[in-house]
Amino acid sequence: MAQQTGKRSLFSHATVERNVSVLFVLSFLVVTVGGIVEIAPLFYLENTIEEVDGVRPYSPLELAGRNIYVREGCYVCHSQMVRPMRDEVERYGHYSLAAESMYDRPFQWGSKRTGPDLARVGNRYSDIWHVEHLIEPRSVVPESIMPSYAFLATTDLKFDDIAGHLRANKLLGVPYTDEMVAEARADLIAQAGGSDDPSGVQERYPKAQARDFDGDPTRITEMDALVAYLQMLGTLVDFTTYEPLAEGNLR
Amino acid sequence: MAMAQAGILLLIAVIAVLASAKAHDAQFAIHMGLIAAIAMGAAIWRLRTMNVSAKAAAAAPTGYMDGVVRYGTVATMFWGIAGFLVGVLIALQLAFPDLNVEPYFNFNRLRPLHTSAVIFAFGGNALLCTSFYVVQRTCGARLFGGGLAWFVFWGYQLFIVLAATGYLLGVTQSKEYAEPEWYIDLWLTIVWVAYLIVFLGTLVKRKEPHIYVANWFFLSFIVTVAMLHVVNNLAVPVSFLGAKSYPIFAGVQDALTQWWYGHNAVGFFLTAGFLGMMYYFVPKQVERPVYSYRLSVVHFWSLIFLYIWAGPHHLHYTALPDWAQTLGMVFSIMLWMPSWGGMINGLMTLSGAWDKLRTDPVIRMMVLAIAFYGMSTFEGPMMSIKAVNSLSHYTDWTIGHVHSGALGWVGMISFGAIYYLVPKLWERQRLYSLRLVNWHFWLATIGIVLYAASMWVSGIMQGLMWREYNAEGFLVYSFAESVAAMFPYYIIRALGGVLYLAGALIMAFNLYRTIRGDLRKEVPMGGVVQPAE
Repeated sequence: MAQQTGKRSLFSHATVERNVSVLFVLSFLVVTVGGIVEIAPLFYLENTIEEVDGVRPYSPLELAGRNIYVREGCYVCHSQMVRPMRDEVERYGHYSLAAESMYDRPFQWGSKRTGPDLARVGNRYSDIWHVEHLIEPRSVVPESIMPSYAFLATTDLKFDDIAGHLRANKLLGVPYTDEMVAEARADLIAQAGGSDDPSGVQERYPKAQARDFDGDPTRITEMDALVAYLQMLGTLVDFTTYEPLAEGNLR
Repeated sequence: MAMAQAGILLLIAVIAVLASAKAHDAQFAIHMGLIAAIAMGAAIWRLRTMNVSAKAAAAAPTGYMDGVVRYGTVATMFWGIAGFLVGVLIALQLAFPDLNVEPYFNFNRLRPLHTSAVIFAFGGNALLCTSFYVVQRTCGARLFGGGLAWFVFWGYQLFIVLAATGYLLGVTQSKEYAEPEWYIDLWLTIVWVAYLIVFLGTLVKRKEPHIYVANWFFLSFIVTVAMLHVVNNLAVPVSFLGAKSYPIFAGVQDALTQWWYGHNAVGFFLTAGFLGMMYYFVPKQVERPVYSYRLSVVHFWSLIFLYIWAGPHHLHYTALPDWAQTLGMVFSIMLWMPSWGGMINGLMTLSGAWDKLRTDPVIRMMVLAIAFYGMSTFEGPMMSIKAVNSLSHYTDWTIGHVHSGALGWVGMISFGAIYYLVPKLWERQRLYSLRLVNWHFWLATIGIVLYAASMWVSGIMQGLMWREYNAEGFLVYSFAESVAAMFPYYIIRALGGVLYLAGALIMAFNLYRTIRGDLRKEVPMGGVVQPAE
């Protein structure tokens, strides 16, 4: 296939296509460049993540709820990323900051809004609204095409190994303290309404909302965890102290 | 040899049984049980066929290794139909939410099943079998590694089964197109490295001095997918006896790593690999050389260099820093050039043979595939422009764009390649029926048009409704109203999917009859045969 022209040029592509190792190494090098240039700086440029007050690791119950959100693939239809356009900010609230998902493993920004954005859904609706909506979406939003998640209300949350989940995150750099890991199970029960005094969990996780979320105080269900997660989404950052035009936040 | 292999399989079965018994969650226990059963079955099969294989081994295998290619074509067809069927089902679930059956058959568990089935099962098997076929033909060499190619084939099917059952059971990382959990990812890595060894090894022992252009594309697809898969799936499992893991990257870094992976799943899995297919099967079916050698060199290097940068266009106006978004947009627009260079190279290969479009529906299919390749690689760069993306992002327009690429380009070029392969692989005179290929062609084409058109309308409508303001400066529509407005388009989209599925079913029937050795008596395509000159 190669057409050798009369005079020898400095470089002939025939060299590459006659040699497997050269082709292999060269094509590998060519495909690595883009990723290195684009992704690597995100790990050392300090202004990649804004400086804000309020973002903290997920409490054990919120983390368990988030894992249900991940397990059910909610990201397929719901984004968690408000873009800075006027209509989005008016519809959903302040545009999302990178800082707000700094402990999100995996990130759940999503790519499709079959349903609305959930980045700031926390405290927008009552617990009972969420429970009814998850059990029978069309009972509260007639136009909804969301599947029903009634089984969450009847499935006990499995949290024997919740400390292990915190430990795995800690290993990856999430600032969970040894105390948080040790108290993980107790904190989860306390936040789900299983304790008269949830001050411990609220001290360790500021702004944590502690109550029975699913309307059934006799047990801790997956519904409790998911609603606890939904109710804290987008509520952590104190936007009164956020300066979008500060030097460190310009990106 | 057989004893050793059976021994290893039995050992795997025992370990899997233990892991299943000690598992931390039901999903992991089910998967380990499944692996144990499969390893056990394979061990028994290995022992029972020991004598036969000993005899076969005595006579050193010669010629091309086509058994695995034959299995690959059947697997491609099977997974294709499975994937299209789930696609139709989830399209209908969006129109009629009562079709959701919680928890296992809810839309959000089925949607990854659909995307993985069509991309990795249908597309992946098409790539496996065509790359194995092409590399042998263009190198004049048998596949390297003896039975390793069979390991790649069956190992890949196991990956598909584990991933698919996992989605239904709720085993997912919820990273788009990278949903399988850590242990399934590890297994795929092993299989993929074996694939690379088979492919590279065959290239090394080739008898032709030059490596044919199709193999450049296949090689870069295999190498790049290995890199993307490993980096994007780096994760720490909570327990080695449980399914759940946490990715090592978080938030904005995880987002860009994911879309670096996600966009290049498109760029290398669904483009570079299938371009390899184009560069072999189009010239073969048309019986013309590739239009321009120089253009293929430029096409190859510019395409693989530029594609890898395009990921950030999935994150326009998000919390990803602006510089990365802009970089992603610029490279996405540049990508238009090599894409169209490739399209021109493919289309112009028909120079002097355009009349064959009239008589050969397989060529028609390939040409349509290349046309859709051109269409979607124009639409993609356009949608990556930030101003356009501000409207199109989060809407059905993206879904329509993906499907004009997937159904139009990936689907049609694969169908064309398989129509070419099956009579050759089973040594049949020709396909059972060219008329049925023509039916398939039109059903699929009309299906794609319905799909893409309805998603353009619904996507742009969604985007406009979300940003519509009235004279007083208030948002006009609630989100729920935009959902309700989608209903008719979701019906049209589902209808498009049904047509596309019907075409694939006709194809399966046609191939089945071809493999059986039947020939349908029919009037040749293109009307009366021209008298010979």
